[in-house]
Amino acid sequence: MNRPKRFLALLVALGVVALAGVGGVAAQTVVGVTATEIKIGNTNPYSGPASAYGTIGKALGAYFKKVNDEGGINGRKINYISLDDQYSPPKTVEMIRRLVEQDQVAFVFQPLGTPPNSAIHKYMNEKKVPQLFVATGATKWNDPKNFPWTMGFQPNYQTEGRIYAAYILKNVPDAKVGILYQNDDYGKDYLKGFEDGLGEAAKKVVVLKQSYEVTDPTIDSQIVNLKNSGANVFFNITIPKFAVQAIKKANDIGWKPLHFLNNVSSSLGTVLKPAGLEASKGLITALYMKEITDPQWKNDKGFLDWVTWMKKYYPEGALDDQSNAYAYNVAILVTHVLKQCGNDLSRENIMKQAASVKNLELPLLLPGIKVNTGPADFAPVEQEQLAKFNGEIWATFGEIIDASKK
Amino acid sequence: MENGGAAGKIVGLVVVLVVACALPFAMSGFRVFQFTQVYIYAIALLGLNILTGYNGQISLGHGAFYAIGAYTTAIMIDKWNIGYGWTIPTAGILCLVVGFLFGRPALRLEGLYLALATFSLALAVPQILKYFEHWTGGSQGIVLSKPKAPWRLPLSEDQWLYFLTLVILIVLFVLAQNLLRSRTGRAIVAIRDNHIAAEAMGINSALYKSVVFGVSAAYTGVAGALSGIAIAFVAPDSFNIFLSITLLTGIVIGGLATISGAIFGALFIQFVPNWAQEISKAAPWAIFGIFLIVFMYVMPHGIAGFLRLAWIRMTRSAVTGRKAAGEARS
Repeated sequence: MNRPKRFLALLVALGVVALAGVGGVAAQTVVGVTATEIKIGNTNPYSGPASAYGTIGKALGAYFKKVNDEGGINGRKINYISLDDQYSPPKTVEMIRRLVEQDQVAFVFQPLGTPPNSAIHKYMNEKKVPQLFVATGATKWNDPKNFPWTMGFQPNYQTEGRIYAAYILKNVPDAKVGILYQNDDYGKDYLKGFEDGLGEAAKKVVVLKQSYEVTDPTIDSQIVNLKNSGANVFFNITIPKFAVQAIKKANDIGWKPLHFLNNVSSSLGTVLKPAGLEASKGLITALYMKEITDPQWKNDKGFLDWVTWMKKYYPEGALDDQSNAYAYNVAILVTHVLKQCGNDLSRENIMKQAASVKNLELPLLLPGIKVNTGPADFAPVEQEQLAKFNGEIWATFGEIIDASKK
Repeated sequence: MENGGAAGKIVGLVVVLVVACALPFAMSGFRVFQFTQVYIYAIALLGLNILTGYNGQISLGHGAFYAIGAYTTAIMIDKWNIGYGWTIPTAGILCLVVGFLFGRPALRLEGLYLALATFSLALAVPQILKYFEHWTGGSQGIVLSKPKAPWRLPLSEDQWLYFLTLVILIVLFVLAQNLLRSRTGRAIVAIRDNHIAAEAMGINSALYKSVVFGVSAAYTGVAGALSGIAIAFVAPDSFNIFLSITLLTGIVIGGLATISGAIFGALFIQFVPNWAQEISKAAPWAIFGIFLIVFMYVMPHGIAGFLRLAWIRMTRSAVTGRKAAGEARS
């Protein structure tokens, strides 16, 4: 071997080592993925005070069953492991740690509830495991700078509150607003968005705020107080059980304000019908999903597909429970993201693809509302549209309002 | 025979201790975390057992003291930047005072009435926590950071917390053992067995009862503080009424009025719900209920009582066996 050749050999060897080194730096963490399987973890409250939401976790599993029956994603079947956390943050931490450290899931998808997600927020980001499309409307999930491994899904409550405020400022000149809210993070998020949206006017316009505890039996006295305050606008921040009471009571005592009902309770089947369709006439809400109990969608393709799927894969699930429609939408979104990942199912790429969804329509979102994410935008659904109840259906009106464009 | 039993007990304790120290090096971080939880529950259960098992006062509200302990720690760390080591005794002392003060008026209540009064405490605390939002973060709770091992010990955060909890557990268990074996301990038990007779013997029943309530709350408060540090998050949802009921379940299953029962009870409430979930996703609590009934049927004196009985039978049969053999030889 003469000198130049030896030199060349040395160079090549160095090059190989350097390349290997670079490869090592760029190495991606692939966990929970084999040639035939993708492991996904989830926590849901199957027991305890919030167990009504447990249907979401079950519906997600039912959707993945459909995906698997159709051959999986790029030939990989989804192995969905969903554990009960009872809506108790310590239990969520334990269950999520089990999923990440013992079951070795690729990522965690749709853990439910603000307190449970808060409890694992730091952990997921320290471990660099995606905490994708969390099932809560709190505002803090859209924070890619500080928490690059956590992403929300639905429009947050503050955004919705701001939409109502903007409408009132523009259309109700002599507004005197009475507010009823649930005394927890959910109620206060709405309240904050609403008051922020009113800005300076808030002090003048809001005449009375009343709160209730989720454990209270009734809110009748609050409604009476609100009526007596002389309010002509009512912002109703209540969960379905109390929304029914509020609509009924206001009607019974002859209070007819311009009534804004939060999206949380916009279901025809579980709120408006029990409260009385006549009493519900004139309610205004902001929607991003098709209300599955609203007759205007009964021939809609997205709705019919959903019903077919429900009957085949989740027959024990209720056809009038909006949660099952919610789960269907978000399961389709995650399937889309995984398809987009191709064969690179590293945690880095899953997060990257989740942050590069462009103009995706989901079958049960309102027509025109699209999912968009980006490296600095971890809020997939940010559009909503106002709708007025006309006694039969939620009739949408006005433009689609995009919270990200503000 | 007596000496043999004592020696056996010491050997047993040493073996348990060695295993406990080796565990965190043999298991994954997740398992270490689970066992830390077991020790935390064990401290809380011991506290409740001093009150309910030894003194006969039923409390359905110890989740409240657990919450107060956890929030004391969280607020001190989050708002005042105090080292977590200081927050644990503070939580204990605060709960001692609160427990003592609650114990005074509760003296007038006996049995089921006391259970109801404490039940209301457990119901009220999560809502009160929401009310002082400025301190407690309302229903959003407070997020903490997990402490790292000090003095450059080569331990992970989980392992460090495990050993910290283990040491506190041992100290508190030894203290409880000494307390209950003393004159004071006999007075506590005498009040449970017959408080009129106890008073006739000159025991100040009212004072003892409130002090026991305070000590019991202090134990549970320390457990709550450790839980706040281990979970690194506190929120009202963590301390719902179910926690109090779980604690009561733990001492009954573990063995009322036994010290080792706290450990067995803690193992039960930590692991059995998870097994129940493995068996049936649809009805985990029905399975848990079956477990409960089976345990209560097979071991009416709890796990600790069962083991003691088994031990006595074993040694007795060994002795009679030896005697029989001796007789045969002669």
